[in-house]
Amino acid sequence: MSLRIDQDHRRFREIVRGKIKQNLRKYISQGEMLGKKGKEVVSIPLPQIDIPHFRFGQKQSGGVGQGEGQPGDALGQGDPQSGSGKAGDKAGEHVLEVEVSMDELAAILGEELRLPRIEPKGKERIIARKDRYTGIRNTGPESLRHFRRTFKQALRRQISSGTYNPANPIIVPVRDDKRYRSWRSDPLPQSNAVIIYMMDVSGSMGDEQKEIVRIESFWLDTWLRSQYQGIESRYIIHDAMAKEVDRETFFRTRESGGTMISSAYKLCAKMIDDEYPPSEWNIYPFHFSDGDNWSVDDTVHCIDILKTQILPRVNQFAYGQVESPYGSGQFIKDLQEHFDDESNLVTSEIKGKEAIMDSIRDFLGKGK
Amino acid sequence: MIRPTQLPQYLADMQREIEKHAREYGLDFFDTIFEVLDYQKMNEVASYGGFPVRYPHWRWGMEYEHLSKSYEYGLSKIYEMVINNDPCYAYLLEGNSSTDQKMVMAHVFGHCDFFKNNYYFSKTNRRMIDGMANHATRVRKHIERIGIEKIEAFIDVCLTLDNLIDPYSPYIVRRAPQPRRDEEQKPEATEVPKLRAKSYMDKYINPPDFVEQQKKKLVEEREKQKRFPEHPERDVLLFLIENAPLERWERDILEIVRDEAYYFAPQAMTKIMNEGWASYWHSKIMTEKAMTAAEIIDYADNNAGVLATAPGQLNPYKLGVELYRHVEERWNRGQFGKEWDDCEDMAARKNWDRRLGLGRKKIFEVRKLYNDVTFIDEFFTPEFCREQKFYSFIFNDRSGNYEIETREFKKVKDRLLFRLTNFGQPFIFVQDGNHENRAELLLKHKHEGVDLKMDHARDTLEGLARVWKRPVNLLTKVDGKGKMLRYDGRDHSEKSAEYSDK
Repeated sequence: MSLRIDQDHRRFREIVRGKIKQNLRKYISQGEMLGKKGKEVVSIPLPQIDIPHFRFGQKQSGGVGQGEGQPGDALGQGDPQSGSGKAGDKAGEHVLEVEVSMDELAAILGEELRLPRIEPKGKERIIARKDRYTGIRNTGPESLRHFRRTFKQALRRQISSGTYNPANPIIVPVRDDKRYRSWRSDPLPQSNAVIIYMMDVSGSMGDEQKEIVRIESFWLDTWLRSQYQGIESRYIIHDAMAKEVDRETFFRTRESGGTMISSAYKLCAKMIDDEYPPSEWNIYPFHFSDGDNWSVDDTVHCIDILKTQILPRVNQFAYGQVESPYGSGQFIKDLQEHFDDESNLVTSEIKGKEAIMDSIRDFLGKGK
Repeated sequence: MIRPTQLPQYLADMQREIEKHAREYGLDFFDTIFEVLDYQKMNEVASYGGFPVRYPHWRWGMEYEHLSKSYEYGLSKIYEMVINNDPCYAYLLEGNSSTDQKMVMAHVFGHCDFFKNNYYFSKTNRRMIDGMANHATRVRKHIERIGIEKIEAFIDVCLTLDNLIDPYSPYIVRRAPQPRRDEEQKPEATEVPKLRAKSYMDKYINPPDFVEQQKKKLVEEREKQKRFPEHPERDVLLFLIENAPLERWERDILEIVRDEAYYFAPQAMTKIMNEGWASYWHSKIMTEKAMTAAEIIDYADNNAGVLATAPGQLNPYKLGVELYRHVEERWNRGQFGKEWDDCEDMAARKNWDRRLGLGRKKIFEVRKLYNDVTFIDEFFTPEFCREQKFYSFIFNDRSGNYEIETREFKKVKDRLLFRLTNFGQPFIFVQDGNHENRAELLLKHKHEGVDLKMDHARDTLEGLARVWKRPVNLLTKVDGKGKMLRYDGRDHSEKSAEYSDK
């Protein structure tokens, strides 16, 4: 049912969208502000969209209540509202929790960061077809006959030709009266994509660093999901050894061992080999670490794996280096040195939560 | 427009029954038309403040989002809504139990009676459904001509000012009709007219004292005329409409916003009385007449919900209904008049009963003549305060909490009255429309112990500057010191200033 208020509601949503865009940097750096509801929607607390008035501040203010209690008892924090919520003609003060679909959020992110749409790689995209009933036509199989339209048509013909008798309303459709549903089949480009997250969980990666990774991965997910129909996420953690884990474990685990990045890259390469033939899949490995590696030898090994096994198969390999007080931060320099001219390897240094937004732009700005 | 629909038979019967009971009790109301709405439509109408049509604006959409969310999550639902209009329109939520519907109807007749009879509603537009629709048409026309962005932005500005009205002005003539500007102005007397007298008699016939006095008066008079406005003007919106350099569409929108603000003002002025009155009658009608034995649990549950109190909150339904009952009881027992006031014997007061039975008559009178402020001022007694366990609370800067301050009668009552006076909002006057002779606007906040919320004040000044189109100033007090806020269209500034309480 369409309501008169829909128009006003749409205007409101536009304003909300504008506000989210304005404050995107804040939301991005404080990922926790987003309450996720199910898979489709996030709820975002907005700074009140409010019409300002001359009104009293909290200081010196107070009111009157009814009920038990001794002088000095606390009644709760800030701004209690008078009255029950019933039949009010004034909106109470509340932090506005608005719900935004993931698609919308991705669109806002894309607009604000000016992210290009991703061009899925390879020509061998899987094309699915989808049929939809869209209209009416004059011919078709009887099983698709549209009764009401046919009846109307026959009635119209009979009235105009004078053969309709209201006292004895028998309608007999002839062939020309018959109407059938028609359909259109839309080609549905379907490209599959997989995101492989890798993270260093060795001792030097603290909670703060992991938090950054988590927030960043949320936004990366959001964007990539808006670009591909079906998308899978895989998670690999590593210290000196690498293993695949689920999402929960990915962000929770903390090991104390040393760091061998090559172990993760090996596992990643194997995963691609076994499960994601590059002709059918768009592959996005993301690796986050603090830039400390066990040895120079291992770094050489990493570069070798990247060169020969990973980079030729993936859309883009992204390395994000989170600054930590313990790491030397050497790895990013090594990568930059060796892959200076490689277009599908991007690196980004993430100095803190505030830098997440820039880092997302680094990663997704190429449209690969 | 909502098309009048046929009420389902069982509801029509119910309405007839409840209406009959209400009339037998002496309630007197306009024809009341009930509509059954599904929850979406209900939320829509509620977002529009009870009206089927309002001018386009995003804040209805915001309200709608809020209401639908609360409904979907089961946090709240709107039972009842009624508009002050002749005929009264009231809405019932589809799918409510018949006990609920009965209670709502009884409640609604209470409101309708109040709308029709309370003095403060006497000047409201009783065809406001049409009024609102006309406003909508006018705004839409402006939108077509000027574009929605501009109009909506200007409506936002007007709404920041919509509490700057003089809610009592419909009932009082505040100023003599202004002489028309093009009328010939009388040449001003520059000297005090003297009676003719011989020189030796002059000081007796025109005593110097008197002449001096007249001179002073003349000067004062002239000063006053120079001032603009002559007296501080509380109806800031009116002042702006009359004096700000506005485009026609701007003036029209400002007028619409002001009109609607005046229409809603009596509802805010009588919230406690109105809700109390309706609650009094739904409980009377339900418990004495309309309810069947099977409905008693549902009714009690629902009624308890309506009258529930929570810490730090004042439930107008509860306060209102209890105060009416208190008044009824007092007048039934004759607890009024000089003798009662003078009696200090607690036991005698407690058992005071003259069996006058004037209670019902009194509360009908009260509902006719009072508003929330006068209602509380007159009938909120120490006994009532104690029985109903009222307390006052204040904001504690250090803990960031609201805390119970005291249960002392005088303090509680003062605070209650303060909260109700001017709807618990600051008094703001136009002091000078030609501030410092630069056509700037000067407003003054009449400070009564509570500072303004500064961020809001600054935002509101921006709106004001948009309307006035020249710099605007606000004189207020912050932490006990005079302060002048100024916005010149681009920047805010602040300086300390002389603040006199005059």
